[in-house]
Amino acid sequence: MPETKTSWWSAGAALLVATALLLVPATPALAKTEIQFWHAMTGQLNDAVNSLVKQFNESQAEYEVKPLQKGNYAETLTAAIAAYRQRQAPHIVQVFEVGTQTMMLSGAILPVYQLMKEQEIAVDWKDFIAPVVGYYSKDGNLYSMPFNSSTPILYYNKDAFQKAGLDPNKPPQTWKQVEEYSKKLIASGATKCGFSTGWPSWVQLENMHALHDQPFATRNDGFDGLDVQLLINREFGVKHLAQLAAWQKENIFSYGGRRGDADPKFLSGECGIYMQSSALIGGFTKGATFKWGTGQLPHYGPPYKRATSIIGGATLWVMKGKPANENRGAARFLKFISDTNQQMWWHVTTGYLAISNSAVKNLEAGYHFKKNPDQFTAFAQLTKGTATPNSQGLRLGNFTQIRDVIEAEMENVFAGKKTAKQGLDDAVAKSNEMLKEFAAANKQ
Amino acid sequence: MQRTVFKSRWLPYVLVAPQMVVTVVFFFWPALKSLQLSFFRVSPFGDKSTFVGLENFTKLLTDPDYYASVVGSFLFAGGVTALAVLGSLVMAGLATQKIRGLAIYRTLLLWPYGIAPAVAGIIFLFIFHPAYGILPYFLSFVTDYQFNWLLKSWVAMTLVIVATAWTHLGYNIAFYIAGLLAIPASVIEAADVDGAGPIRRFTAIVFPLVSPITFYLVVLNMVFAFFESFGVIDAVTKGGPGKATEIMVYKLYRDGFIGLNLGSSGAQSVILMAMVILLTVLQFRFAEKKVTYR
Repeated sequence: MPETKTSWWSAGAALLVATALLLVPATPALAKTEIQFWHAMTGQLNDAVNSLVKQFNESQAEYEVKPLQKGNYAETLTAAIAAYRQRQAPHIVQVFEVGTQTMMLSGAILPVYQLMKEQEIAVDWKDFIAPVVGYYSKDGNLYSMPFNSSTPILYYNKDAFQKAGLDPNKPPQTWKQVEEYSKKLIASGATKCGFSTGWPSWVQLENMHALHDQPFATRNDGFDGLDVQLLINREFGVKHLAQLAAWQKENIFSYGGRRGDADPKFLSGECGIYMQSSALIGGFTKGATFKWGTGQLPHYGPPYKRATSIIGGATLWVMKGKPANENRGAARFLKFISDTNQQMWWHVTTGYLAISNSAVKNLEAGYHFKKNPDQFTAFAQLTKGTATPNSQGLRLGNFTQIRDVIEAEMENVFAGKKTAKQGLDDAVAKSNEMLKEFAAANKQ
Repeated sequence: MQRTVFKSRWLPYVLVAPQMVVTVVFFFWPALKSLQLSFFRVSPFGDKSTFVGLENFTKLLTDPDYYASVVGSFLFAGGVTALAVLGSLVMAGLATQKIRGLAIYRTLLLWPYGIAPAVAGIIFLFIFHPAYGILPYFLSFVTDYQFNWLLKSWVAMTLVIVATAWTHLGYNIAFYIAGLLAIPASVIEAADVDGAGPIRRFTAIVFPLVSPITFYLVVLNMVFAFFESFGVIDAVTKGGPGKATEIMVYKLYRDGFIGLNLGSSGAQSVILMAMVILLTVLQFRFAEKKVTYR
């Protein structure tokens, strides 16, 4: 406590000056219109987003996009919803693929095809690669702007393969080979387990059904209507899940949790083979302490056809209710990120797919894929197989909850509490309830 | 306790007003909103809301997952309360001996209470995770049995009970230390002289004399385990495996904020609140009779 009156006055004066300095903002010469962009990218991906946004901001003088990391995908969506209810929604929000149906029917979004039309910005919609466009379009019109699309691929530990006497340049291509290689890996002591997986429902059920040309749900996987039911408890689903559960007993397969929780199993060398999003290439390049490679997801072979896998990741949605000049800013940003140059940059920096054919052609012309063959695996898997109606993607309401239910039942099956048939039957019963709920809530 | 007498009529109200405002805005209003929400089916973005009466409640009461969640919550709350209250009594007993460094021990015992539940969860995650935890690593040298709580639900439940109880020990210990120190030494000495062994001294004298504190802590720990255990579960198991640790407060978060079914989430929070109120009332009616107040 200052002893004299003078000290009190000095303290007061200092406080006043400090407050004044804080309150006077650094006013730029021209006030740019701010565009709020909420996303869920973390770590190295967050840096990439910031860099991309900076490129846009520096390329023009009217708009300033402000990226804001809001947590994970679910948290970002919840935040956007809460903000929308307060009429303080961001302009652009990144929503994961399972939120597509929710966003499409929400009445809170401005479809991007409409936005571009209103703003008279020409976009070559036909240039986007088919699997991505198919997932996010309705009646042939794109509703959200593809941003970070990925697909699950197979990663394998080349050093471990070498130690086990396997060819380090030949990843397993069939499930039979996965089993064989896993047994060799374990027997030679190269690894403790054969393979693991991230995002159990997305990789092992959704993508496996698509890859084997099996329907995941009725009504054309949900694209044709809201009265949908799941079909994962049929022969193929039960066969694959039962197989995984059986392998779990021998440590050929080792369950490591949901989402990316099992990543350490591969990175630590515990498992020699791993199935996860192609978006992990960047992270693995920085973080893996061993030589690794990629391959396409394994297939059971005949009698199943080899189709394509489906995409995951997220897209950018534009929220309704903003004034036209701000919409223009959002439109210009979306055009910017979908331009060939930015696409190529984004792909090379993050490992996410470049979503336009021009970008892919340019990358091929620049020998990018020859120098980085791992980054081509995802493309090949998406575009080189035979696309069928069962492999175009899934459009389900309440999909987040449905995935939750499916993964909980998968855990019951892996733990030996239920047989694969029981688990899948229960998952289907509960999911169908949720789909009915969604249909009732969205009676059109 | 002396009754404070205010000279002016309105001063007491003015002084209490800020707290009342906070309580109303942050507790009563959201509770009423939840009650209102529970009777509607609301679209995620809030643009459509249909009155559905008691449909959210009937859906819950006919959902086997919900019953599993209720049972799990009681198991969880019971486990946390038992562990936290008994464990803290033992530790408080140890912390009231005449030993060197007593102040340091007491500080260290009280410390964990200051840790946010989510942080405690992360700590336990790094110790116990089957893929990258240090305890499974060391255990693998001793036994082949996999304490893999990603697959074994009893391991997962035990883990979250222990983690949650651990965070609350400090609070309980503080109360128990005060309670134990308040027991006059003469009573203990008299019992000792009469030939009572340490166990008899405890059950006949110490335990009854701290029973008001025990009662208070049991009620408080139960409420805490039902409501504030969210952080640990979210950080560690996220309701898994297979929904084994999806206690009621976690389920209503998942359904409301991840699944975006706000009507059901509201109904769940109403049921949860009603249950805990009932529990507290029952405890006051029956358990309080056994408490020996001085």
